[in-house]
Amino acid sequence: MTVYLLRRILQSLMVLLAMSVIVFVGVYAIGDPVEILISPDADQMERERAIAALGLDLPLWQQYLVFLQNALRGDLGRSFVFNEPALQLILNRMPATLELAFGAMFLSVLIGLPLGLYAGLKPESIGSRVIMAGSILGFSLPTFWVGLMLIMVFAVQLGWLPSSGRGETVQILGLHWSFLTANGWSHLAMPAFNLALFKISLVIRLTRSGVREAMLMDYVKFARAKGLSPARVTFVHVFKNILIPVVTVVGLELGSTIAFSVVTETVFAWPGMGKLIIDSINVLDRPVIVAYLMVIVLMFITINLIVDILYSVLDPRVRLESKA
Amino acid sequence: MSTTLEVRNLRTHFFTRAGVVKAVDGVSFTVGRGQVLGLVGESGSGKTVTGFSIIGLVDPPGRVVEGEILFHGRNLATANEEELRHLRGNRIAMIFQDPMMTLNPVLRVDTQMIETVLAHEKVSREEARQRSRDALGMVGIPSPDERLKSYPHQFSGGMRQRVAIAIALLHRPELIIADEPTTALDVTIQGQILAEVQKLAATTGTSLIWITHDLSVVAGLADEIAVMYAGRIVEGGEVGAVLDAPMHPYTVGLIGSVPSRNRRGEPLRQIPGMTPSLLKLPAGCAFRSRCPRADEACLVEPDLLELRPGRRARCFHPHLEGVGA
Amino acid sequence: MSDTTAPAPVEAKEETPFRRFVSEFAANKVAVGGLLVFVTIALLAIFAPWIAPQNPYDLAQLDIMDGRLPPGEVGGTGITHWLGTDDQGRDMLSGIIYGLRISLIVGIGSAIIACLVGASLGLLAAYAGGRTDSFIMRLVDLQLSFPTILAALMILAFLGKGVLNVVIALVIVEWAYYARTVRGSALVERRREYIEAAQCLVLPTRRILFRHLFPNCLPPLIVIGTIQIARAIALEATLSFLGLGVPITEPSLGLLIANGFEYMLSGNYWISFYPGIALLITIVSINLMGDHLRDVLNPRLKK
Repeated sequence: MTVYLLRRILQSLMVLLAMSVIVFVGVYAIGDPVEILISPDADQMERERAIAALGLDLPLWQQYLVFLQNALRGDLGRSFVFNEPALQLILNRMPATLELAFGAMFLSVLIGLPLGLYAGLKPESIGSRVIMAGSILGFSLPTFWVGLMLIMVFAVQLGWLPSSGRGETVQILGLHWSFLTANGWSHLAMPAFNLALFKISLVIRLTRSGVREAMLMDYVKFARAKGLSPARVTFVHVFKNILIPVVTVVGLELGSTIAFSVVTETVFAWPGMGKLIIDSINVLDRPVIVAYLMVIVLMFITINLIVDILYSVLDPRVRLESKA
Repeated sequence: MSTTLEVRNLRTHFFTRAGVVKAVDGVSFTVGRGQVLGLVGESGSGKTVTGFSIIGLVDPPGRVVEGEILFHGRNLATANEEELRHLRGNRIAMIFQDPMMTLNPVLRVDTQMIETVLAHEKVSREEARQRSRDALGMVGIPSPDERLKSYPHQFSGGMRQRVAIAIALLHRPELIIADEPTTALDVTIQGQILAEVQKLAATTGTSLIWITHDLSVVAGLADEIAVMYAGRIVEGGEVGAVLDAPMHPYTVGLIGSVPSRNRRGEPLRQIPGMTPSLLKLPAGCAFRSRCPRADEACLVEPDLLELRPGRRARCFHPHLEGVGA
Repeated sequence: MSDTTAPAPVEAKEETPFRRFVSEFAANKVAVGGLLVFVTIALLAIFAPWIAPQNPYDLAQLDIMDGRLPPGEVGGTGITHWLGTDDQGRDMLSGIIYGLRISLIVGIGSAIIACLVGASLGLLAAYAGGRTDSFIMRLVDLQLSFPTILAALMILAFLGKGVLNVVIALVIVEWAYYARTVRGSALVERRREYIEAAQCLVLPTRRILFRHLFPNCLPPLIVIGTIQIARAIALEATLSFLGLGVPITEPSLGLLIANGFEYMLSGNYWISFYPGIALLITIVSINLMGDHLRDVLNPRLKK
C-alpha cells in the first residue's frame, strides 16, 4: 500500500510539473510576458525595472526556474485590478466555490442515485422511461441557459428565490458559509441545482447501467436463491457493487464540477473563484489567470489521488492487489 | 419412499423480440427423498431453466406458462413470491455452475453466510456465525474461523464452490438443485466435491437434482437419470440401466461421444449437426435432423412412453435390442 | 446459466453491413426523428439568407424603434416578429437562423478537425506502439483529466476571441476522445489475423493503416463523433455566453442568449428563451441519434 501510495504521489507531482510547464509556455512563450505580467499603465522606467525583476532578460529555461521557485514560495504575482497577491485573492474566493460544488455533488447523488436505482430495477416501466428521457435532457441542456430559465421562473416570475449573490453568511473558522443560514440556503438552492443538473443525469445513467449489469450477475441470482428479501438483495448485494463506480465517478467529477462552476457563478453572480477568473480574463488580469490555473491543477491532482485511494479502500480486490 | 419433488408437464417459455423460445417444453420427473436425479443434456437443452423454474427464479422475458411443480404436494408454480422466498435457501437450495461468479465479490464470506441464516431463522448474529462456521467445517474448509473473515477472491475456485455448498447446506434443505457445480473445476477437485456431496446427501437425506452435461459425473452419483434435448426429456430411468442400454438415439450418441469409450486409433465418434434453434423447432421429433434412424414417422412428435419397466424414452425407433454403445 | 442462449438472428438475404446498419437505425423511430429534426435544422442554417425574414446583420433593415418587441408583434418594417426582437430591433427568428449557422459551423468543423487529428494520432499510437504509444497516451490522459471548459477557457484566454480561435480551442479539447477511441479499437483489430496476413504480404504501412485498420475503427468513431458534435456546440455556446467565444459581429446562439441576459430580469424573456430552445433542439436531436447509433454500432451490446 505504501509503495503504491508513494508511486501515485510521485506520478501526481510529475503531472503538476508538466502542467506548470504548459502554463509557463502558455503565458511566457505564446503571449508577450511583458504585456501579460506588467500592468499596461506602467511607464518605461517601471517597465524596465519589472523586466529585470521578473528576469525576463534571462533565457527561457532560467525564467522557468525562477517562475517555479516563486510558485513554490506561493508567489504567483499580483493582480493588476485588485493589487493583491493573486494567490491570496483566489484562496479568498475558494470557499464560496467549494460550497457551491459540494452542494451540487450532494444534490446529484441525493437525486440521481434513487432515480437510477429505480430505472435499473424496473427498466421497462413508464417511470423509468421518463427518468431516462429526463437524463438525456439533462445531458443536452446547456447549463447556462437552464440557469437563466431558473432565474426567469423562480426569481422573476414567482419571486420565490433570489437571483444572485450568496446572501447572509456565517463565519466559521475565519471563512464565510452560506449554507448555515436560511437566507443563504435560498441563495444556494438555484445555483447548486443548476450546477448539479448534468451530474444528476450522469449519476442516473451510471447507477442504472450498474444495476442492470449487477442484476444479471450470478451472485445476485445466488443471493436471491438464498431466499434473501428483495430489499436485502438490492440494497446490500447490488448497491455495494454499484457504489464503487458511482463513488469513483462522482469523486472524479468534483474537479469538473468546480470547473463548470465558472458558468453557474457567472449566471448567478456567485462570488466564487469561477466568477473571478471570468472577470479576470475579460480585463486581462493575467497573474490571476495563471494563479487560478495552478490552483485548479493542484486541486485536480489532489482529487484524483484521493479518489484512487478511496477506490482501493472500497474495493477489496484492488486493496489486495496493491498489498501484494 | 416418499416423494420430495414432482414436476408435471412443466413449460417455461421466453417471450423474446424474435419470438417465443420454448426453453422447457413439457418436462415431467419425480425425485424421491434422499434420491439423486441426474439431469443431462447439452447446453441449450433447457436443464438450467428447469432448475430455475423450480425455485421461481426465471427472469423476464421468461416465465413458467404451464405445469405443476409439487414440492411435498405444494404447487410452487402457483405460489406467491413471498412463499417462494421462504423456501429458497431454506428448504430448497441451489448451487451454481461458476464458483467464481456466485459469491458477491465485495462482501465478506461471513456476511454472505450469516445473512442466509438470518433470512429464514430468528437467531442471534453470534449463533448465525457459529452455524456458518460449522457449515464451512462440514464441507472441508480448514480453519473456518479465519476463512469467514475473508473475501471471496481470497479463495480458490474449488474452495469457493465449497463455500457455496456450505451456504446451500446452512438450513439442511430437503432438496438441492446443483447446476453443473463441478464443471468449472479441476478433475481432482471435482472428484473431492462429488464425494463430499454424495456423503452429505446420504447422511442428511437430502434429495439432489444434479444438472450436468457430463455423463461420467452422473454415472457415479445419480440414482435416476433424465436426458434432455431441446426442452424435452427424451429418455429417463435408473442410471445404470440407461447408461448400459440406452434406448433413445440421442442418448446412444451422447454415450458414444464420451472420449474414453472410443477406441484408440479410431476417429472419435460424434453426433452430427447442431442443437436446433429453440425459436423455430421443426415439427415432429426435435432430434430428427441429426438422427441416423429418422424416417417419415418422426415428422410427428413422439410421446415419452414407458417402453420397458422403469424405462421411458421419446422415440419411434428406440434401441430395444440393447446396444452397448 | 447460458442455457437460455438467444437464437441466432434471422438473416436477411444479401445483407451488407451498411444495409443492416441502415435498417437497424431506421427501426428506432426516436433516432429517425432526431435525424429528421437535425437535417431540418441544417437546411435552415444552410439556406438562412433565403429563409430568414430579415438579414439580422444588415443595419439598414433594422429599426431601433422595434427594440424588444414581444413575440407576434408587427414591427415598423412591416415584418411580423414571431419570436420578438432584441434590443437592437433585430428579428429574433432571423437572428436564430443565422446564429445556427455559426453554431453548426463551429461545432461540426471543430469535430471534423479534432476527429482527423485524434484518429491519426490514435492509429499511430496503436500501430507504432512502444514509446510513441505511451507518449501519445500520456498526452491523452492529461487532456482528459482536465475538464473541457477549463482547457477551452485557458486557451481562449491566451489566444483571444474569434471564430477560428474557438475552433482551435475545441479541437485541442476534443482530439483526445477520438485518439483514445481509435487506439482502443485499432489495438483490438491489430491482433486479428487479417492484419497479420496483410503484414505477411508486405503491404506498405500506410496501406495497412488506412485500408485495413481504419475502416474497422469507424463504428466507434462515428458514435464518438456524433456525441462530440453536440458537446462542441454546447461548449461553443457556453464560451460565447461567457464572452470568450465568437465576436459580437458573428453571433452564435450562445451569444444571442447572453445578449438577452440583462433583459431577462425586466421580463423580456424571449431574447434569451428562443435561442436557448433552438440550441436545445439541436443538441437533443444529435444526442438522440448518437444514443441510438451507439446501440446499433456497438457489437458488445448486441444480443
